Amino acid sequence: MKILVCISHVPDTTSKINFTNDNTQFDSNGVQFVINPNDEFGLTRAMWFKEKQGASVDVINVGGPETEPTLRKALAIGADSAIRVNTAAKDGFQVAKQLAKVAGDGGYDLIIAGRESIDYNGGMVPGMLAALLGANFVNTCISLEVEGNDVKAIREIDGGKESVTTSLPLVIGAQKGLVEESDLKIPNMRGIMQARSKPLNVVEPDDVEVRTEAQKFEKPAPKGAVKLIDPDNLDELVNLLHNEAKVI
Amino acid sequence: MSVLVYPESEDGNFKTVSFEVASYAREIAQNMQTTVTAVTFNNSEASELGNYGVDKVLNVKNDKLKNFNAEAYADVIKQAAEKEGAKVVVISQSANSKYLAPLLAVHLNAGYASNVVALPESTEPFTVKRTAFTNKAFNFTSMTTDVKIIGISKNAFGLKENPADAVVEEFSPTLTGEDFTVEVTNVDKARDKVTIADAEIVVSGGRGLKGPENWGILEDLADTLGAATACSKPVSDMGWRPHHEHVGQTGKPVASNLYIAIGISGAIQHLAGINASKVKVVINNDPEAPFFKAADYGVVGDAFEIVPKLNEKLKEFKAKNA
Ligand SMILES: Cc1cc2nc3c(=O)[nH]c(=O)nc-3n(C[C@H](O)[C@H](O)[C@H](O)COP(=O)(O)OP(=O)(O)OC[C@H]3O[C@@H](n4cnc5c(N)ncnc54)[C@H](O)[C@@H]3O)c2cc1C
Ligand SMILES: Nc1ncnc2c1ncn2[C@@H]1O[C@H](COP(=O)(O)O)[C@@H](O)[C@H]1O
Repeated sequence: MKILVCISHVPDTTSKINFTNDNTQFDSNGVQFVINPNDEFGLTRAMWFKEKQGASVDVINVGGPETEPTLRKALAIGADSAIRVNTAAKDGFQVAKQLAKVAGDGGYDLIIAGRESIDYNGGMVPGMLAALLGANFVNTCISLEVEGNDVKAIREIDGGKESVTTSLPLVIGAQKGLVEESDLKIPNMRGIMQARSKPLNVVEPDDVEVRTEAQKFEKPAPKGAVKLIDPDNLDELVNLLHNEAKVI
Repeated sequence: MSVLVYPESEDGNFKTVSFEVASYAREIAQNMQTTVTAVTFNNSEASELGNYGVDKVLNVKNDKLKNFNAEAYADVIKQAAEKEGAKVVVISQSANSKYLAPLLAVHLNAGYASNVVALPESTEPFTVKRTAFTNKAFNFTSMTTDVKIIGISKNAFGLKENPADAVVEEFSPTLTGEDFTVEVTNVDKARDKVTIADAEIVVSGGRGLKGPENWGILEDLADTLGAATACSKPVSDMGWRPHHEHVGQTGKPVASNLYIAIGISGAIQHLAGINASKVKVVINNDPEAPFFKAADYGVVGDAFEIVPKLNEKLKEFKAKNA
């Protein structure tokens, strides 16, 4: 089985979010970038297929040279090779198109992306990629087993879960639950050393239309101070929730 | 050239968010001087949508579509959009709508904006306000395609009654084998519980509750309020609560009217996921807990004393206001 894992390069979850150039650009100053958490779950599951079923695992990112350390980290975790499509990611559709080109040419059976990236939260790329490739698609995937061409998966739904069967070629939107939190792979020294000599191929982008464009950003209005309520006067809380906040 | 809306139903009844997406579609249609058409699946009460300004309903009756199926539903919505010549398609941001939207966008050659929180800023160019960086910021996105799909975040717009005579028509789209390549074999969902996605009120517990055996007080409170239960990440990681209750940046987003956090410290990743909730209450015995900075109301004290007391007070309130 040939697996491709899509890696989005995102600000660490603890990052403070700021903008520059009149609020038109994300300010990456002092921001640590990481593998998108949803992609980490997907990558760890891919490593399981590699170890247990002899799958090959490539990772891919659409982005500039600044994303290479993130791809190297994925190699250190155990991916066989990495691909960077050399163009800035502008919107979900453009990224999906670039990925579809590489995925189609490479003859991948299973493509793992994240349910959403934590920066733009588009939740677009995996589904668009599946539609562009004519592959099957399971989103919010929390369990995945492959036997030959047959796939059994579980996806999270609002308030529960749903089991599905489908077949390869398949794209999944991965998320927490796909592997145990404690099994998440982190690079070790040996992996980091090996990653240095693994291939990281830079490919030039296709000419692709952009359908949506981020014009400017805005930060939420600052919050007023909390109203503290005496633990011995909880009637007051009930009263405030009813009369002031009007939520009960 | 009407605006098309997809109001979801469950067991034949509309979900509350369905009336919100219909209300939103009505307002856009008014600005564009056109009408609203809804597409529904096996719904017997489709005319209810008229209360929220829907002029026409295309109802699909087909046993094959009893269970949600992203590919098939996207195909049906596509055919409805084409039939109506819709330039704008409005959907919710439920798990199912988020699943089908990118498929629909590709099939319709449309642009898709997810997590939209307000009416379009302008229609020339078509620009919408969305959340980004898991609620740490907003992003104004312009769309250049002829057809646009807009996913409305829950509670971002609210319900607006706007009576119209919804004419219900039967709609029989063409389905193919390609639409059913992912087959649902089992659904595991507590039928009698409110889900986090649908709930107006969410009661959430953190590591401060010490162990799964202590969740009774939280569940009692949730029962009184008709609320969904949720938890912080470590709580689900330790298996005290099921994964689908995990809320936050890497869990489920919460956009309820009221969010009550019990024994949750308020880490940045937790707050990012629940920020879109309108009113936040925190109960924590540490006055320095970061959650107090993000909350509207706070009680400093021991959850094991406060939660049962608060529950009694709320029960009295409910009895009086019933
Ligand atoms: C990549 C990444 C992603 C993450 N994503 C998420 C996410 O999506 N969601 C999430 O929740 N977390 C997330 N986290 C974890 C987050 O950083 C915090 O560790 C977590 O939210 C803390 O959970 P908690 O508040 O339940 O526990 P703690 O931080 O241990 O807080 C417990 C709180 O309970 C209070 N308490 C103790 N006893 C009592 C009592 N008797 N009565 C009242 N209060 C009491 C304490 O004062 C304390 O404030 C993420 C972390 C990382 C690194
Ligand atoms: N620039 C990118 N390069 C590679 N994969 C990406 C990129 N952007 C998004 N993805 C993948 O698509 C998933 C969902 O992203 P999004 O649609 O942006 O929320 C991510 O978790 C990644 O797996």
